[in-house]
Amino acid sequence: MLINIKSNSLTNAGQRIGLMYFRVAIILFAAQLLMGLIAATQFVYPSFLYGIFDFSVARMVHINALVVWMLYAMIGSVYYMLTDETGENVAMAGLGKLAFWVLTLAIAVVVLVYIFVQIGPAKESTIWLINEGREYIEAPRWADIGIVVVVLIFYANVFFTYLKGRKTGIMTVMVANLLALAGLYLAGMFFTDNISMDQYWWWWVIHLWVEATWEVFVGTLAAYALVKFIGAKREVVEMWLWIEVLMLFGSGILGLGHHYFWIGTPEYWWEIGALFSALEPVPLVAMFVHVLYDWAKEQGESGEKSVITNGPGMAWIVTNAFGNFLGAGIWGFFHTLPQVNIYTHGTQFTSAHGHLAFFGAYATILIGMMYMGVQGAYGVKRMKATFNSKMAIVLITFGVLGMTVALTIAGYEQVLVERAELGGGWQAFFAAQNLPWYIQAQLWRLIMGLVTFVGFIYLLLDLLTIGKKAKAAEA
Amino acid sequence: MAKENLSVWTSISFWRRSAAWVTGFATILLIWLTFDTMGQISMGTDADLQKGITKRVPAPTVINYHIDYKMSEKRGHEVPVIGKKEPFFGKEWSPKEAAALLHLGKLGSQAKNCMNCHTLLGNGAYYAPDLTKAWLDPMWGATMQGMTGKSTKEEAMAEFLMHPEKYPTHARMMPNLKITAEEAKGLVAFLKHMSSIDTNGFPRGFSKTVDQFKAGGTNAH
Repeated sequence: MLINIKSNSLTNAGQRIGLMYFRVAIILFAAQLLMGLIAATQFVYPSFLYGIFDFSVARMVHINALVVWMLYAMIGSVYYMLTDETGENVAMAGLGKLAFWVLTLAIAVVVLVYIFVQIGPAKESTIWLINEGREYIEAPRWADIGIVVVVLIFYANVFFTYLKGRKTGIMTVMVANLLALAGLYLAGMFFTDNISMDQYWWWWVIHLWVEATWEVFVGTLAAYALVKFIGAKREVVEMWLWIEVLMLFGSGILGLGHHYFWIGTPEYWWEIGALFSALEPVPLVAMFVHVLYDWAKEQGESGEKSVITNGPGMAWIVTNAFGNFLGAGIWGFFHTLPQVNIYTHGTQFTSAHGHLAFFGAYATILIGMMYMGVQGAYGVKRMKATFNSKMAIVLITFGVLGMTVALTIAGYEQVLVERAELGGGWQAFFAAQNLPWYIQAQLWRLIMGLVTFVGFIYLLLDLLTIGKKAKAAEA
Repeated sequence: MAKENLSVWTSISFWRRSAAWVTGFATILLIWLTFDTMGQISMGTDADLQKGITKRVPAPTVINYHIDYKMSEKRGHEVPVIGKKEPFFGKEWSPKEAAALLHLGKLGSQAKNCMNCHTLLGNGAYYAPDLTKAWLDPMWGATMQGMTGKSTKEEAMAEFLMHPEKYPTHARMMPNLKITAEEAKGLVAFLKHMSSIDTNGFPRGFSKTVDQFKAGGTNAH
């Protein structure tokens, strides 16, 4: 079905590989949403699929599909922009294509094992073959090694193309940041009996991805997209990009400390984590201002309205600017200080933040990049939003915001009743889970999840058809 | 750049250099702190336990001791308190045996995917109770020992882990994860060990008013 997206108009191998990654990303995005719906249903009706497809399985596939579709869309975006930015054909493109098929096959096997085998005996073989049981990076060790090999090939494609081509600011940040992003994965590839040590390094992967290197990645994509979509000046965009790198890494690297409040690590992480993570929203404000400023500026220049070359793409980039600030910035800041976090840590509050942040910071811009891919695939000069584009962005954004609000309310209930009033524990946990307001919030989360899913159907339809329509209109 | 820059604030090379310096500085500080933390969270030894030396993460043989979680006036929050020796599954475990049992339990916690329903040290999923101090949970006392017909807490926990579907406490039940008797022992050891970790007072006031809550009625007199 996704083959429908023609790629005849693509002029270079990198863009074609990019489109291959985008197609798989969309399928995994669908899997993420379906698994989320199952898990959300189980919160409301706990007997749903009990003993057959338990919450732990649905939730594992939910978050793994999320991480993997985002990585796919990220890798796809890099391949897509590579030749355009460097002015060179992708080095060793054939190898890159092979790596894509190897990775996709490996991921299909991992997902099938997750779904049908689910768990194993308490032996090393389970860690190697079935799942590692560590949230977000559950992939078994054999797949870890495969991922490393594939990522090395991907990085070689990027690095050698960069070396022989133009070294723009955007590409320089991209190449340096990707090295850190890929290298960090290694911190999650070992086993230890010491749960504190386990969690310490686990956060190196999770935090230094989503609160440092992924954010810089988003800054880089936004810079490129602004140049492409609205013709923003490269000098201005690249200056902003360096400021963003400074602020994102300046706050995000030591902001890691906010995960070290309660896992057995020393008290000094309270102060370090609080200070630096409290600064994390600052670059997100800067990114927000930057996108809107450039947009307004380009609109106002030369007397008449300048042309937006990709309407839906630009709409998602602007949603990213809002969503990143709101989901990662505001919702993260809510509970980042240890004085609050001692009560909110590990509650639905975290879940609320997780949903809006992953959506606002990452899903949005990656969907924008997919629209860029479709535009390129059909060779469309100017792509306007269709009815489907509008339904998709409105329903998905509304759905995710609704889920976030519902989970925040559930979080308040849990924090105040389970933690503050009753002090946590088995009985305290269920006392909060059974409160009518909590149950009501979980029901709303399920409804808003369905709204999000309907929005996704529109998005899928749009990505499949918008290119053809726009091409026909131009002809 | 074609035009000469009038101000340093709009100079790309200034921001590039600043970004590199700030990133480098933050990275070095993180690595330095990591070395310090590694030292502090490495597991203690059996000798530490015998001498009463407090470690943030004690040796596996901590399973041979009574563990409590008490308010520390000095630190302003609760801390684990390691007390007198007590049998664990009816015996005292040698350092070697205890380490092997903890290894089995930690592997089991990952192989059974505990973290995608529960939280451990507050990290994981939010579908089931936090396990950080699960060993100390009052539910394992009269309630679960009564339901399982076991005379000790550790046996009741192991029995529950093997057949959770037989002992439901709420509509939301733990599924049967095909946990063997040996694996269940390991998991209980893992949970007991985790409860002895100094988590800077998380969770706060663990289960403090649960009894009062269960009794119902009013607090007014």
